[in-house]
Amino acid sequence: MRATFPHMGNLYIPLRAMLQYLDVDVVVPPPSSKRTLNLGVKHGPEFACMPLKLNLGNFIEAREMGADTIIMAGGCGPCRFGYYAQIEHAILKDIGCDMQLIVLEPPEKNISELIIKIKKITGRRSWWQVIQAIRFGYQKALAVDELERKVFQVRPREARAGASERAFSEALKLIDNAASPGEMAEARKKAGAIMAGVACKPSGPLVRIAVIGEIYTLLEPFANNRLERHLGLLGAEVDRSLYLSEWVNDHLLFGLVKGLRSSKETCASASPYLCHFVGGHGQETVGSAVNYARAGYDGIIQVYPFTCMPEIVAQSILPGVGSDYDIPILTLIMDEHTGEAGLQTRLEAFIDLLARRKETREVICK
Amino acid sequence: MKVGIPRALLYYYYYPMWRTFFEELGAEVVLSSPSTRVTLAQGLKHAVDEVCLPVKLFFGHVLDLAGKVDYIFLPRMVSVEHHKYICPKFLGLPDMIRRLEGLPDLIGVDVNLYRKDRDLYTVINNVGSLFTGNKLKIFRAYRSSIKTLQKYYRLLHLGLMPAEALAVLDNKVGDKPLNYPFELNVAVIGHPYNIYDSYISMNLTGRLKEMGAAVFTAEHVPEKTLRSNAARLPKKLFWSLGQRMIGAAFHYLDRPDISGLVHVAAFGCGPDSMTGELIERHARALRAPFLNLTLDEHTGEAGIVTRLEAFLDMVRWKKAEAAGI
Repeated sequence: MRATFPHMGNLYIPLRAMLQYLDVDVVVPPPSSKRTLNLGVKHGPEFACMPLKLNLGNFIEAREMGADTIIMAGGCGPCRFGYYAQIEHAILKDIGCDMQLIVLEPPEKNISELIIKIKKITGRRSWWQVIQAIRFGYQKALAVDELERKVFQVRPREARAGASERAFSEALKLIDNAASPGEMAEARKKAGAIMAGVACKPSGPLVRIAVIGEIYTLLEPFANNRLERHLGLLGAEVDRSLYLSEWVNDHLLFGLVKGLRSSKETCASASPYLCHFVGGHGQETVGSAVNYARAGYDGIIQVYPFTCMPEIVAQSILPGVGSDYDIPILTLIMDEHTGEAGLQTRLEAFIDLLARRKETREVICK
Repeated sequence: MKVGIPRALLYYYYYPMWRTFFEELGAEVVLSSPSTRVTLAQGLKHAVDEVCLPVKLFFGHVLDLAGKVDYIFLPRMVSVEHHKYICPKFLGLPDMIRRLEGLPDLIGVDVNLYRKDRDLYTVINNVGSLFTGNKLKIFRAYRSSIKTLQKYYRLLHLGLMPAEALAVLDNKVGDKPLNYPFELNVAVIGHPYNIYDSYISMNLTGRLKEMGAAVFTAEHVPEKTLRSNAARLPKKLFWSLGQRMIGAAFHYLDRPDISGLVHVAAFGCGPDSMTGELIERHARALRAPFLNLTLDEHTGEAGIVTRLEAFLDMVRWKKAEAAGI
């Protein structure tokens, strides 16, 4: 069995670590690119959301590299993601890429359904080893998120253009290369040192922007046209409503790790604007907009793939949050046609607007 | 007291029930006027660009009721059966509508049967207690509303369209003969609020009939058949309406007397993008004539007519070929 999985930002780092710890033969598909998207668009349904198309492209490319088994997560709706695996499998079969599919679904009748599937992947490894593997993966996810938070800080302040980007990819590689849990502490320390070594120019308070929205477009730089990078280079400090480790903690570890932001709390902030969950991260989007507005951020950007249902609900409700808290909210919708230059222009205009508002406010305060 | 019900979305499934319930409790039920260009324009103006056509239309219908009624009935239809949702937009609909200005009070309750233990009757009771303190009266209104709904569904299963079935329930049927022989049978599969709203569907079912094709829809198929057909999928669908559409499509594609299938989707509809794909793949595998129509606010009537004509031509040729003519 040569297993592969779809890309979602840096998800491949913890996932590969976890599977390799269990001695599973892993094929990481090439990073999502124009070619990946084109493959997905060619074979996928026209009105499916973009993540499905990119997933499909990832699988086709992984197959070219010799993968024969797909590991995917499932779901029980109402977001379309819950049915991705089945549709993708049908499409792959029709184009002659018959790959085995292992979908980790939330168990419907009893837990044994899930256990059987996990055993299919892990073979004869003991449950203790599976738990250790998950811990190892989770440690990597935490380390990656730490680096991302750091690069959000450094990017707008870097003294030499491109220095932060180089440091970031170098640090990521260090984390990715740590082969055992024992090496993690060392790798984390080294990676931290690399990030701290980026020279920063002195700067006053920067514009602070929160990026919120749908998980895939948030986490996958190719899907959001490297939105965070653009914002950073334009001189804005960025935070994101969702990090990989938070999501893993909420959904896979049932909130076992304390002290992280949890989706439960975020959803609670969404009331009275959106009082019911709407699938996907719709309610979290509204809730985190409220939280960021309260935390004094200067602006909010919502990103989601074209036709994403939960986020459309959130988008219709966000103007209420914006006017109540007096905070500008920009919605960016990603699809296969988005040109990066158009995005850049809109971001420049948005940041100009925010900077101006900030300036006037400071003058008034004085 | 006047209760307004928008003539959109789940109206086509539950209206007889809702009306009976409110009328039994002594309220007057006001329906929004049938969709027109104005209804849609109102919806377009007030809804976000990204929402799908039927939701935009729903906004228009709600605004149509503003000023005419004391309450608008707007339940949050989360789930109407075990382990199924309707669609994310239905889940957030009341929150989206509440942002509109100048609306009367909304009767908003959560209808959520996702887990079996949730009791529908508590919801009914909550709505009923707005009108009367008499629990017995609420219970009787509920019983007779369920009866009316069952009668409505039986009429649909006989092959009537919702508008015809409602006319029968109201005793408003004329002496016109209902059925005349058609040369062709065509299945039309889509969300009920897309195919039965004659404005946004550009009178699709009526046009097909005029062109000589009898129309069969998912609502004509009993629930049991829909379910057993939808069970052929590798994984159960979690959208109630999607499951109905898939079940009906599989059922009709198997029937030799149905010669073609028209799939009607709304632009940007999430579930349609998935179920439509599954239906299309199935139809292609069976080499059955298949037409996919996507509706949006710009659809030109002439374009629809041309495509329907071409589709029926294809169906006729195929039929003739099979008959060896």
